[in-house]
Amino acid sequence: MPETLLSDGVGELRFRDPAKARALAGALARVVAEIGRTPVSVMHVCGSHEQAIAKFGLRAVLPRDLNVIMGPGCPVCVTDVPEVDEAIVLAQDGVRIATYGDMLKVPGSVKSLADAQAEGARVDVVYSAAQAVELARDTTEDVVFFASGFETTAVATAAVVLSGPPGNFSVLSTHKYIPPVMEIVAEMPGSRVEGFLAAGHAATITGSAIFERFVERHGIPVVVAGFEPLDILGGLVKLVELVRDRSPKVVNMYPRCVTAEGNRNAQEQLWRVFRSVGGNWRGIAHVPNGNLRLRDEFAAVDARRKYNIDVRRLWTRAPSTLTQVCICGTIMAGTASPHECSLFGKQCVPDSPVGACMVSSEGTCKIWYQYGGHPDL
Amino acid sequence: MTATTTPTGTDAIISLRHGAGGRAMRRLITETLAAGFPPPPVEGIGLAAMDDGAALRIGDRWLVVTTDSHVVHPVFFPGGDIGRLAVAGTVNDLAMMGATTPLGLTCAVILEEGFRKSDLERIQRSMQETCREAGVTIVTGDTKVMGRGELDGIVINTTGVALADTVIPDAGLRPEDRIILTGSIGDHGMALMVKRHGLEIDAELRSDVAPINGLIAAALAVAPGAVTALKDPTRGGVSSALHEMAEKSGVGIVLHEPRVPISRTVRAAAEMLGLDPFQIANEGKAILGVRPDAAERVLDALRAHPLGEAAELVGECIGDHTGRVILDTGIGRRLLVESEGELLPRIC
Repeated sequence: MPETLLSDGVGELRFRDPAKARALAGALARVVAEIGRTPVSVMHVCGSHEQAIAKFGLRAVLPRDLNVIMGPGCPVCVTDVPEVDEAIVLAQDGVRIATYGDMLKVPGSVKSLADAQAEGARVDVVYSAAQAVELARDTTEDVVFFASGFETTAVATAAVVLSGPPGNFSVLSTHKYIPPVMEIVAEMPGSRVEGFLAAGHAATITGSAIFERFVERHGIPVVVAGFEPLDILGGLVKLVELVRDRSPKVVNMYPRCVTAEGNRNAQEQLWRVFRSVGGNWRGIAHVPNGNLRLRDEFAAVDARRKYNIDVRRLWTRAPSTLTQVCICGTIMAGTASPHECSLFGKQCVPDSPVGACMVSSEGTCKIWYQYGGHPDL
Repeated sequence: MTATTTPTGTDAIISLRHGAGGRAMRRLITETLAAGFPPPPVEGIGLAAMDDGAALRIGDRWLVVTTDSHVVHPVFFPGGDIGRLAVAGTVNDLAMMGATTPLGLTCAVILEEGFRKSDLERIQRSMQETCREAGVTIVTGDTKVMGRGELDGIVINTTGVALADTVIPDAGLRPEDRIILTGSIGDHGMALMVKRHGLEIDAELRSDVAPINGLIAAALAVAPGAVTALKDPTRGGVSSALHEMAEKSGVGIVLHEPRVPISRTVRAAAEMLGLDPFQIANEGKAILGVRPDAAERVLDALRAHPLGEAAELVGECIGDHTGRVILDTGIGRRLLVESEGELLPRIC
C-alpha cells in the first residue's frame, strides 16, 4: 500500500497539503485573470475527478471565472437504458448477476436491478471482475458479470476473460471507450469547452500520446492529471496556461504514473478481448466506436450470445414521464449545470433518482447534491 | 420515477436501505412504523422524538428505556461478536440519554434450527463478559427457535432500563456548542465489511464494540449541565448522527476534517473501496455537544478514561445553515455527505 494512504491526518499527506493547495488556487486565479474574459470553460471527463474536486472542497477555492465542467465521465451514467434492461431480464430469469455496487440503483426502462433484487432476483455486489469469477467457481448456477466502466475497468474484465473462467461464467459488457466521446463533445454545437483535463488512471493504460490526434484535429489542449487535490489544481493551472497561450498540445502532469505510450500489455489484452462498436451513451448521443463488445472468438463467454435476452418483456408499463424532463444528457455534455434542472433536489434525489447522474457516486447530479456543488459555506 | 423505487408508493416493498440507518430508514419510521401512536401518558421523550430511547417522568426522576434487535453477519468478527454487540448496543443507547447506570437488561434470542450449541455458549460467555464491563446484568429473557432458512442463524434483542436525574436528548445543541468525538471512527463497520466481503487487506482491522457508559459518566461528572447533546454514531456513521443532531436541534455544524481521528488502516481501506469513513458504523464511540467553556474539561475527562484516550474536539455549532453539516477539509468547505442506504463500493 502506498505510503500516502497510510498517514494519519489529511494535512500530512504529500499531495493534499492545504497550504500548497491554496497557493495553486491563487496561481489559477491569476492565469484566469490574464486570459481577460469570462468565463473560461474547461472539461474533465472522469467521475473520479469530480469526486475528488467535491470531496476535498476544491470548488470552494476555484476562481469564480473558471468553469470546470464535468463531462460524460461517469460510466454508470452513460450506460444506456436497454443495457440495464438486459441485466434485469437475465436476473428475473434466475441468472445470478454479479456487478459493481454503483449499477444496482440505475433506473432501467421500468425498474432497477435493486428493484429486481428486492423482488427476489439474485444480485451480488462485487469489487472486481476476478471476484465475479470466484463467485462462479463457488457455485453451479450461471453467473453473469454485468460489466461497466471505461477502458480502465475493461482491462480487468479482459484479464478474467483471458484467464479461462468456468463454463457457468459469462460477461454482459457495457464497457465504454472514452476517446471517441471527447470528439463528440468537442464538435457539439454550442460547446464552450476550451480545454480537457484527461483522467490519469485511464491514461496509465492508453498512454498520454493517444490524445495527440485529438489535439491536432480540434486545436484544444489536453492535460493528463491525477486525483489528489494538488494533482487536480496543478493540472488546471497547466490547462488554463495553455488556453491563455493559445498553445494546443498534450501535457502529461501525472508522470509518476502515466507514460506517453501507456501500458502496452494491458492495451494488447484489452483489444484482444474487445472490439469497439458504435452505440448509444445514455443522454449523450450515438457514439461511433464508443462501446466495447466481446470479440467473436469469446462468444462462449458473451452473455448476449449465450442467452436469448428479450428486453421487450420488461415493458409492461409506460416509462415514467419524469425521465423526459431529466437533463442529464445536457449536463454531461457540459451545456447545463445540475441547478438548471427542474427535478434536481426535488423529484430527483439519491433515494429516488430519475436520471442515472443522480445514482452513481461518479454522477454530476449526485455529487452536487451530496457535496453542495458550488458551495457558499 | 417508477412506483417500485418510491418508498411511499402503495406497491413499494422494503429493501435493505430501509434498515441502513440513513434518511430512507428515518422516513420509513416516521411515515409508517411510528405513525398513529398517542404520546406517552406521563411527561417525557416518546416515539415522536426519534431519540435513542424513551424517557418517562417517575416522580422527580426519569425512567429511561431503550430496545434494540441485533443481527450481524458474520456472528463472530474481529474485535467482538453478536453477544458483545447486543449488550454494548443497549447499554450505550441508555448512556446516550444520560442514563449511565442501567438497572438491568432483558435478552430475547431467536435461533435458527441447526445453530451450533457451542457457538451459542461462546456468545453467552461474551455477553457475560460485556455485562461485567458495563456493570449491568440480564434480568429476564425469552428464547425461540425457528425452522431452517426462516432466519439467518441468530437474532438477539435486548431492552435496557435505567433511572436518571437528568435526560440528555439528541436535540439539545445550541450555537457555539463544541462537538467532541470520543475516539477514532469507522473501525467497527470497516472490520465487518472486510470480513464479510472476503477482502484481502493485510492489516489489523478490529471492531471498536464496547460499552461506553463509564466513559460518558466520567464526562458528565466533570461538567454537570454542560453536555447539551449525546449520540452514538452507529449505523450511518458520524455523518448520519451529526445530521440528525443538527436537524433536531435547529443548528448547523462545522466539522474540521484534519482533527477527526481515523486510524491509518481504516483510512487506507476506505480509500481503496471508495467508502466514506464518516458513513461507516461505530459501536464504541460517542459524539458530545458541550458548552464552549466546559469543552476542555470534558475533553480531559474523556482522555483520562481508557476508552477515550483518542478523544478530540472536532467541530462547533453555528446559528445558520440549520440542519446542515459542513466539512472543512483544510483546503475548502463542502457539505458532509449523508448516508442514504447500504454502503456500496464505487466502480473505479
